Amino acid sequence: MRQIWTIAKRELRSFFDSLMAYIMMAAFLGFSGFFTWIFGADIFFIKQASLQVFFSIAYWTLFFFIPAITMRLFAEENRSGTIELLLTRPVSDWQVIIGKFTATLLLIIIALALTLPYYITVSTLGSLDHGSVITGYLGLILISCAYISIGLFASSFSSNQIVAYLVALVIGIFFHIIFDLLAGSFTGWIGQVISYLSISEHFGSISRGVVDSRDLIFFLSLTFIGLILTEMNLLKRRIA
Amino acid sequence: MDIVVENLTKKYGTQKAVDDISFRVKTGEVLGFLGPNGAGKTTTMKVITTYLLPNAGDIRIGQFSIHQHADQIKQHIGYLPENNPLYQEMPVIDYLKHVAELQGIEKSKIRKRILEMVRVCGLEGEKHKQIGELSKGYKQRVGLAQALIHDPEVLILDEPTAGLDPNQIVEIRELIKKIGKEKTVILSSHILAEVEATCDRILIISKGKIVADGTSEDLRKRAQGREILKVTIEDGEPNEIFQALQSLETTEVVDFIRQEKHSFEIQSKENQTSRRNIFNLCVDRGWALTGMTAIETKLEDIFRELTMN
Repeated sequence: MRQIWTIAKRELRSFFDSLMAYIMMAAFLGFSGFFTWIFGADIFFIKQASLQVFFSIAYWTLFFFIPAITMRLFAEENRSGTIELLLTRPVSDWQVIIGKFTATLLLIIIALALTLPYYITVSTLGSLDHGSVITGYLGLILISCAYISIGLFASSFSSNQIVAYLVALVIGIFFHIIFDLLAGSFTGWIGQVISYLSISEHFGSISRGVVDSRDLIFFLSLTFIGLILTEMNLLKRRIA
Repeated sequence: MDIVVENLTKKYGTQKAVDDISFRVKTGEVLGFLGPNGAGKTTTMKVITTYLLPNAGDIRIGQFSIHQHADQIKQHIGYLPENNPLYQEMPVIDYLKHVAELQGIEKSKIRKRILEMVRVCGLEGEKHKQIGELSKGYKQRVGLAQALIHDPEVLILDEPTAGLDPNQIVEIRELIKKIGKEKTVILSSHILAEVEATCDRILIISKGKIVADGTSEDLRKRAQGREILKVTIEDGEPNEIFQALQSLETTEVVDFIRQEKHSFEIQSKENQTSRRNIFNLCVDRGWALTGMTAIETKLEDIFRELTMN
């Protein structure tokens, strides 16, 4: 536990030291604020005291931003060789992976916490469904977990951050939108399987306030599979 | 803790980087790992530190095997990898604290250990600077400090003095020697003088195999099986002297070094010395023997001879 926290602490520090965290948060708040309040189908346009608009914007901003945060986690250590020192310390591969995962998740949670003023503002505008706000945030956190684990996996492949970013984006886009689009063109069980793989399907129901164990299991298993593949990547390097 | 390497083989794809090597390092011994680039030094060290898994063979450190007790081994090893990878954006003190926590040092002792390392490695003036801002020599000291912070019993140093200036090299060598008295140290290098100056024992490795193992004197003796003399004989006709030297019963090969100066290089037959015969020859013929020196085989020559074929 202490080792995991030590690793997470270092990653968090390096997020903030490298300004990555500030840029990421400013961009995240900027984008989601702009589209929630000012432009397009914003809150004033749909005339409902609801955070649905924010959730669907955040759904997209997280998709683009998380790979940008995760890309350096392993790629940078691979490039500089510090991975060798890290893995020869008395810590397990899992502690390293969980530590890095936790640091990124905490950063996302901080960013999401900074959008709480949106919630406060909207709740003064009309009667807000507080339950769906809570589940909406829960949904965003679950999506983040899935994308962080995909990002970690992509980063563990390469010593080039750009490659890590693109690989994460390519894997992510399947879950983010392609499976959703494909599901329509298949019928029967194939269509069902593909539609179950779509993140937007699961996020849709959670952000509307429905927490189904099917959705939870989906997000948690996607996260877990990503982390296991990362671990296999770390292990593979030691054998090869 | 002793390090015992047994029949270690490591392949990258089909290429054998390390081919069935075995050796032993005792506590209190500094072993120099010598070899040309790509000989398998770094690979062997990576296997010892459990970063890589071998294809065959075992390494035991104390009673721990890399296969079953990787976790215990990691606690007892201090490792300075090649190129000294460090987190450039961290201040020295914070980095050492991070390492100390990862190594599982008790919280109450961390501060003391860090200060001790700063003192031992001479980082007083630089401890609050970012690692990326330090000169190469200071980075190398930070590298040593992180390897030593948990007071490990085994130290693996991959080219610890690469890129340092002569003063820094001397300092680091002194430090390694001091540390090496109580600990087991393996250090790699391709600078021969360095290994000779720091190490109790030398292991030369080439193409994944051990080609020599012993103290520097051992290695010299081995390569010096034949005596080589540089002789200057004056007053005679060079060709005549040459003929005469060659006909001595103890000489194997005679070479001109410089004909006009009457200098010759004489290699004796195995386990024989030609010194007396040469002297007597000169007395008989009335030549003046103005110089006779034994040529000591340099470690460089041994190294080249062992690793070139």
